[in-house]
Amino acid sequence: MALDRWIALVLLSICLAYGYTAWFTMDSGLAPFMKRNPIWPSTFPKVLSALGVIASCIILFGLEKSAEQTAEIDYRRLGDYHLGQALLLLALMVGYALCLRPVGFLLSTAGFLFLGGAILGERKWYILMPVAACAAFIVWYLVQQVLGIYMRPLPGFWGA
Amino acid sequence: MLEGLLIGLQTALSMQNLLMVIGGCLIGTFIGMLPGLGPMSIIAIMIPVAISMGDPSAALILLAGVYYGAIFGGSTSSILLNAPGVAGTVASSFDGYPMAKQGKAGKALTIAAVASFAGGTIGALLLMVFAPALSSVALLFHSAEYFALMVVGLSAIAAFAGTGQVAKAMLMTTLGLIMATVGEGALFNLPRFTMGIMDLQSGFGFITLAMAMFALPEALFLVLRPKTTQQGDGAAIKDLRITRAEAKAIAPVIGRQSVQGFFIGVLPGAGATIASFLGYAVERNIAPKHEQDEFGKGSIKGLAAPETANNAACTGSFVPLLTLGIPGSGTTAILLGALIALNVTPGPRLMIDQPEVFWAVIMSMFIGNLVLLVLNLPLIPYIAKVLSVPRTYLIPFILFFTLMGAYIGQNNATELLLLVGFGICATALRFADYPLAPLLIGFILGGMLEDNFSRSMQLFDGPSFIWERPITLGLLVLAVLLVVLPSYRARRARLRMRGVADGD
Repeated sequence: MALDRWIALVLLSICLAYGYTAWFTMDSGLAPFMKRNPIWPSTFPKVLSALGVIASCIILFGLEKSAEQTAEIDYRRLGDYHLGQALLLLALMVGYALCLRPVGFLLSTAGFLFLGGAILGERKWYILMPVAACAAFIVWYLVQQVLGIYMRPLPGFWGA
Repeated sequence: MLEGLLIGLQTALSMQNLLMVIGGCLIGTFIGMLPGLGPMSIIAIMIPVAISMGDPSAALILLAGVYYGAIFGGSTSSILLNAPGVAGTVASSFDGYPMAKQGKAGKALTIAAVASFAGGTIGALLLMVFAPALSSVALLFHSAEYFALMVVGLSAIAAFAGTGQVAKAMLMTTLGLIMATVGEGALFNLPRFTMGIMDLQSGFGFITLAMAMFALPEALFLVLRPKTTQQGDGAAIKDLRITRAEAKAIAPVIGRQSVQGFFIGVLPGAGATIASFLGYAVERNIAPKHEQDEFGKGSIKGLAAPETANNAACTGSFVPLLTLGIPGSGTTAILLGALIALNVTPGPRLMIDQPEVFWAVIMSMFIGNLVLLVLNLPLIPYIAKVLSVPRTYLIPFILFFTLMGAYIGQNNATELLLLVGFGICATALRFADYPLAPLLIGFILGGMLEDNFSRSMQLFDGPSFIWERPITLGLLVLAVLLVVLPSYRARRARLRMRGVADGD
């Protein structure tokens, strides 16, 4: 089965779970006076779940024939691309999200830019390191001072 | 209208707003030039900056400047590298890149800039005429008609998605609408589909979603497929002048394509990409035979047509946004999100309630186009140097700005995890050729669609508004036709093809 049909299957199950909630569980806690309304909080979701199920079934069962198109990236040959780099960068982004608060903006951003460059194959550390540090400081200065949005620059235990 | 024009001029010509236009155009050109980063990503990245300014006119002027700049920057990388940064400028590379290879890169860039300027300016003139007319009609609309209009807009987006893509676009739109129902709705004051998670109480963040749908997959595609990040040679751009004969040859093309592009841009879902391809095709078909052979080999008409059409279409796409509050494209959907965050509700009342916003945007279009022509064109050889920044520096910075865009808006690190999660899903959807813009448009329109639907249901005490109001019924029938017709025609064409084959 092609990837688009697998995705349609996943989306169909999401729509079914959503529909189940809308049709069978949502209305139980509704206040009696709201039940007299022509529209309930579940009305629109009910319509949407039906639409979603129909559209995903059309794709899943291949009812709409599509012209063969060459995708930008052939997912069947993912190994030919720089998949490792992409996955490492995603992991780095998750790490950045987790570090941003406890480690502070300056250190985590400089680290992110430095490691990102290193993952992509940059080996001129003497350029990469100052570029990462300067960029982190400039962005922090612009966001904090110019836009006025507070971002803790350094780890909390350093008193920042 | 004259009064409005003067208000607009006064607002747009203030020092701050002039700087916004110039800054926006420069930033847009700069980033739009990078292959893989389209106007949607750039605008999404710029939104937190725009919102933190607090002034809706300045914010919209900045974002609109970024939009034109990005389209112009996209043309530059199409012409110089044959690597369009934006789908709307793919057609520009058909003749622009051959011209650059013949050593006429400077001339090609000038033609692109002049054509963009003319397309954008004529588009803005048409916008000035049509937007007030359309909003005075739209003032008569009721919530039932609004609901139907939004349904038409969403179906048109699915209908224009292309052969075999209608169901995918429809599913993506529905998914966007479903995501919009998560959280506490204004109408019911009841948390829905939050699964008990406190962070979902206020729903998904629109900027996070925009970043995850566009900026992150594009950056990941750049990582996965490094060959597109070619090195540019800024030094090769010289001789920016065009001759009188060339100007005379492209003038009628520009005139025709400005009007055609504008009207295509007005249609929801069509936008700059379709306008540019259609403009190219039309001009090739009506050109004399000897000029037709030139198309694809460096024809100036072949470059001027898509460049004019895509800029006119960009301007045209502001018509439904400013007059009806309904975005017709991913980019205008992001602009709508930014406007709502700034407490401005685009729609027919925008011209009456906040004329300075409405007219300042139109005036800034003229100024923005002028800035692109006068300021950006001479700077292009220098701006093009950005193309030679190594990807080892470029990609971490793109990813960092994507993360920052989502973080600054909410100041919540959980948003970053959501961004990465949604980004991975969006990349998988792009692998499988699912269009992502309908999802975002559905998400942004979802709240308004439900509000109008609920209001009509309450006013008419049931769904009778559908058949009791003729405009609503007509619009809903049109919406159904828009979705069903392309599939029906494709099916009939296939059956006919099969019939011919059998007959042979």
